[in-house]
Amino acid sequence: MAGTLRQKVLVLYLANSALDSPVIAWSTYDGTGQTRHMAGDEEEPPYRTGLAALEDGWRLFQASQLAPHTRGEEFDLAYLKYEFFFEQLAEAAP
Amino acid sequence: MSNLPLLSSLQMARFAARGFLRFDAAVPDDINGQFLAEAGQMGGAEDGRSLRRVYGEALAGNAIPEVAAGTPLEGAYAAGSAVARLLDLPLVRGTLKSLLGDAPVFDHHFLHVTFPPRYHAGGASVSQHTHQDSTIDPRTAFDVQLMYYPHDVTREMGGTRFIPGTHLRKVSEVAVGRYQNIRGQQHMVCAAGTLLFLHHGIWHGGGANLSERTRYMFKIRMHASGDQRRQWDVSDMTTPDRQRPIFYLKSTPTPDTVESILTTPEPWFEQDTGRLEYVNRIRLWRYLTGDPTYDADYWLTRLENDNRRV
Repeated sequence: MAGTLRQKVLVLYLANSALDSPVIAWSTYDGTGQTRHMAGDEEEPPYRTGLAALEDGWRLFQASQLAPHTRGEEFDLAYLKYEFFFEQLAEAAP
Repeated sequence: MSNLPLLSSLQMARFAARGFLRFDAAVPDDINGQFLAEAGQMGGAEDGRSLRRVYGEALAGNAIPEVAAGTPLEGAYAAGSAVARLLDLPLVRGTLKSLLGDAPVFDHHFLHVTFPPRYHAGGASVSQHTHQDSTIDPRTAFDVQLMYYPHDVTREMGGTRFIPGTHLRKVSEVAVGRYQNIRGQQHMVCAAGTLLFLHHGIWHGGGANLSERTRYMFKIRMHASGDQRRQWDVSDMTTPDRQRPIFYLKSTPTPDTVESILTTPEPWFEQDTGRLEYVNRIRLWRYLTGDPTYDADYWLTRLENDNRRV
């Protein structure tokens, strides 16, 4: 029943802008409430690449943009650069 | 020359590259026991009090003092107290001298207490979001955060999670909380008396305590009061007279050189920005050595070559 569908979100951070490049960081948020993920709870990523997540049925719905580097700030590093958001719809627990 | 056991150049390079130095079981058991006694026992919230209130009441009554920010570290703690004795250990004094120079200054301290599940009165035990302490900090100079583990920490107890090599990224505190797991992250599983010296910028967070025992960690943040350059044992410093071959190599280069340490990637490095990490590590090494011409593997020479030497 569609009313009980909830979103599961997988965020993969990749080694470059290609979806088939290796996963370097990841996060999982489960809207069904069946699992609870938190910082530091896994040592190995769920997929080796972003493409592997697609092949397993995850739907990509957002990818980070490639922005030009501001002159004078070319070497400033902050947040992870290659962020890909995936989703699955799953039945919530009754 | 100091009589203290100062850090070597390779240890300093590892700190510059990875943002931490770890010393296992460095604090004697009698100081660990004294510290836990001075920190006081903390109960749970079985009587309906919030854990925040439990903590507040314990903090008010324990023997660890309030200390004003900006206080010289020397004298910040009463002589004979556990923290004063810890700070007086030759290894601690030598490491702080190496990283911060003479007369470090106290910024703040905090007793981190992580309660086991039964103390949460029905609430879930969750880990702390990954964060960088304080706020956006664009300096090259760095502060040191000393983390002290006064009792054994098992993996089940959570422990501090940190990600080596993140310290040179300029982020805004818990803005990095979105990242749950990062390849190469480390969890502090350690024996009583272990010390972790951190660059202030390293990303970290407390783990969920799923054990039966309350977990304690004491942190002191300190900064330099003067020159931070060449404060370690520089007698082993070597200045290569020329750059070594790069990329096209017929044998594996020795790992125990400053150049190798500064150009060793972390598992989480992106393929392109990993090279910028090398650039920023080399810049930090220039700051630490006071040598504006230092380079490793041509990363900065290439960028600074504007053809005027042709």
